[in-house]
Amino acid sequence: MAAHIEHTSEIKEKPHTKKLWRVFWILLVITAVEFVIAFTISADTSFGKWFKIGTFILLTFVKSFFIVGTFMHLKDEVKSLILTVVLPVIFVIWFLIALVLMEGNYIGSIR
Amino acid sequence: MASINTSSTPDHLLWKGGIQPMKVGYGKLMMWIFLLSDTFTFSALLISYGLVRFSFPSFKDLHPAKSIHDFTFSNNWWPTPEKVFEAVPFLHGVSLPLVFVGIMTFILIFSSVTMVLAVEAGHRKDQADVEKWMLWTILGGLTFLGSQAWEWSHFIHGSETGLALADGSKIFGANLTHNEYGPAAFADFFFFITGFHGTHVFSGVVLNVLIFYNAANGVYARRGHYEMIEKVGLYWHFVDLVWVFVFTFFYLV
Repeated sequence: MAAHIEHTSEIKEKPHTKKLWRVFWILLVITAVEFVIAFTISADTSFGKWFKIGTFILLTFVKSFFIVGTFMHLKDEVKSLILTVVLPVIFVIWFLIALVLMEGNYIGSIR
Repeated sequence: MASINTSSTPDHLLWKGGIQPMKVGYGKLMMWIFLLSDTFTFSALLISYGLVRFSFPSFKDLHPAKSIHDFTFSNNWWPTPEKVFEAVPFLHGVSLPLVFVGIMTFILIFSSVTMVLAVEAGHRKDQADVEKWMLWTILGGLTFLGSQAWEWSHFIHGSETGLALADGSKIFGANLTHNEYGPAAFADFFFFITGFHGTHVFSGVVLNVLIFYNAANGVYARRGHYEMIEKVGLYWHFVDLVWVFVFTFFYLV
């Protein structure tokens, strides 16, 4: 590293990008894994179908954790801001169960 | 000043002056709140999609003895996305399920990382680096929009064989009322969800061009900080985040 010391008097800060590129590779690998699962596991059985859906949703949340935490720097914010952003999203889970699974099933049964 | 406390509010609950609540600037806090509201808009769209999809029978529901590999298109059941989206530009007639949408996902993740590199360069007040990474981000955004235009055009024009209806007529491609791939609602949701996301990408590119212009003209160098890059960066990452969800719920599940 000593060879890289510049002759100018101006001190220029070195970029700290290692962590950011690491997250990029994590996101890429997770997406690749999703592709592998999509084309290797058969959805013919009920177990296969729900295993795939469950894994995809889980991996999507893992990806969003990295995007929001590192790319959007939410991990570095104060706790009150983190909670302000994350807690209201819980309502979406309620929507998902109430509307997609229960209402969707009901509409399908009377169609 | 603070020693004269006439209110009955405990001292630690007072904001007083000059201290930023939650240790972020006003604009950044409001960007987070806006993104939270946008989260609910996109959730509503995706949940509506889930509801309608769940209310339609799948191919497998109507043909329990058949395998998914025997899938054919019909207006009576919901299509399997990997059978619909299998075309790639310049590779006409080759079935490559989900490959093109995978490339689009890669482009958007890549432009997200170049955006965060621009934000990082802004922290170092390195104007040249900010300009370089902003340009890459703008390029990524435009490439994504172009890919989406191709995807839409392909979806609208449809396949060469089309879908034969019971009365002998044929339909090709999809619009808001006719859809060769499945129920009309499938195409409606495709246009609405990817269209709404694409609109977000478009406004993101416009914002990116604006802050690139400002950074190149030294506006933020004179201001002394590059917080505007961070704020627009939050928006751009959100657009990437939404695509991750659209990719899962529209194309994979």
